[in-house]
Amino acid sequence: MYNFDYVKASSVADATAALGGDAQAISGGQTLIPTLKARLGQPSSLVDLSGVAEMSGITAGDGSVTIGGAVTHHAVSESGDVPASVAALAAGIGDPAVRHRGTIGGSVANNDPSACYPSACLGLGATIHTSGGDVAADDYFQGMFDTALGEGQIVTGVTFPTPAKANYQKFVQPASRFALVGVFVSQMADGYVRVAVTGASESGVFRWSDAETALAGNFSADVVPAAPSADGMIADLHGSAAYRAHLISVMTKRAVAAC
Amino acid sequence: MPTVSMTVNGKSVSGEVEGRTLLVQFLRDHLSLTGTHVGCDTGQCGACVVNVNGDSMKSCNMLAASADGAEVKTIEGMANDDGSLGVIQQAFQDNHGLQCGFCTPGMVMTADDLLARNPNPSEVEIREYLEGNLCRCTGYHNIVKSIQAASAAMTAGE
Ligand SMILES: Cc1cc2nc3c(=O)[nH]c(=O)nc-3n(C[C@H](O)[C@H](O)[C@H](O)COP(=O)(O)OP(=O)(O)OC[C@H]3O[C@@H](n4cnc5c(N)ncnc54)[C@H](O)[C@@H]3O)c2cc1C
Ligand code: FES
Ligand code: FES
Repeated sequence: MYNFDYVKASSVADATAALGGDAQAISGGQTLIPTLKARLGQPSSLVDLSGVAEMSGITAGDGSVTIGGAVTHHAVSESGDVPASVAALAAGIGDPAVRHRGTIGGSVANNDPSACYPSACLGLGATIHTSGGDVAADDYFQGMFDTALGEGQIVTGVTFPTPAKANYQKFVQPASRFALVGVFVSQMADGYVRVAVTGASESGVFRWSDAETALAGNFSADVVPAAPSADGMIADLHGSAAYRAHLISVMTKRAVAAC
Repeated sequence: MPTVSMTVNGKSVSGEVEGRTLLVQFLRDHLSLTGTHVGCDTGQCGACVVNVNGDSMKSCNMLAASADGAEVKTIEGMANDDGSLGVIQQAFQDNHGLQCGFCTPGMVMTADDLLARNPNPSEVEIREYLEGNLCRCTGYHNIVKSIQAASAAMTAGE
């Protein structure tokens, strides 16, 4: 790791004042520290968001819940206020030591194409709160490792609407334990269906609209379409593009059946 | 250089670190607490697990500066006050829970964290909690047995 200055932020205002230029945010460090060890980055300073009180709570609202950006996966997994599908997703990230440090803000900001949280955000139609304003999940995720965050902006929290039904199914990549393919399915009280897929596409998390249309008419695993086209799917030593496309259909069926 | 202060195994310590100094480097190189091992240095193996403010964490994946003011417990803090092996350590010895011993500090610290939350874990719960701790020697069965034995001994000792 190249050296950097360490800055502990105590508020969002404090953090954004210290960011910009070559400064970079750090939350749990579970992704960033290994990246810096590989010398894939050389920030002048790291601004630690983990102690920012405004980003540390889980607040139940009317028909929704807001999770602060600095809340750990462990805290989400134990919370009775978040939808059970989101708590279960958080409980399946990495291992206990990773969950004790890794944060929702770090995961959503990083937008790893195999990460779990982006699928919950897109699959529930969440609102991403940033230091630059609120962004709908549909507009926020803009491709692999790419988001609507502007330079020096941070994710301060995420608001999830409460679904009538929801479930996340993750096919674990055997080495990294990230999602080889993960599918988050939800149905709102008004019948609106979302199907969000992570791990599969070279464009990052996406909504599988054919499955959404089929499920909106009849929310049953039987109507989930066969595998979508393998064009643009990730192919690597863990699975071919066609294998991932096939898994999308399988995991969607399992998620619907488990709702 | 920033100064960090923390409580490690009940003792107040402080030292000057660089921004990039990892918690595990602070423990091993500054405090000479070399019981905490570095197996992979990439956050995968769990040999470096210590307890920070009540939660198990990978000390190779955490900055020393982030632990400023924290209560840290390492494998050196697991022995009894008279220096004899603590309950979990003794259970690992009795059940052949280690061979080369490289992964053992992380295994014991993860077991300590699990038993603090769940004093009577099932075999499945133990295996799931060890998800982030890799052992190249034992095949895990005796590690699981050790933790079951520690759980039984702690429950009996209450
Ligand atoms: C062994 C292991 C297994 C894992 N398994 C999984 C898994 O199964 N599923 C999964 O989804 N993830 C997994 N992860 C990743 C883990 O969830 C990370 O915690 C997460 O991706 C990043 O969160 P963090 O708080 O650690 O962020 P950091 O590592 O601190 O930061 C990540 C990036 O986001 C930026 N950043 C951090 N916080 C903010 C913020 N609030 N606003 C703006 N930018 C920010 C940083 O500058 C950096 O670029 C795993 C990690 C490890 C080490
Ligand atoms: S040395 Fe920290 S996880 Fe392997
Ligand atoms: S005993 Fe050798 S790695 Fe576990």
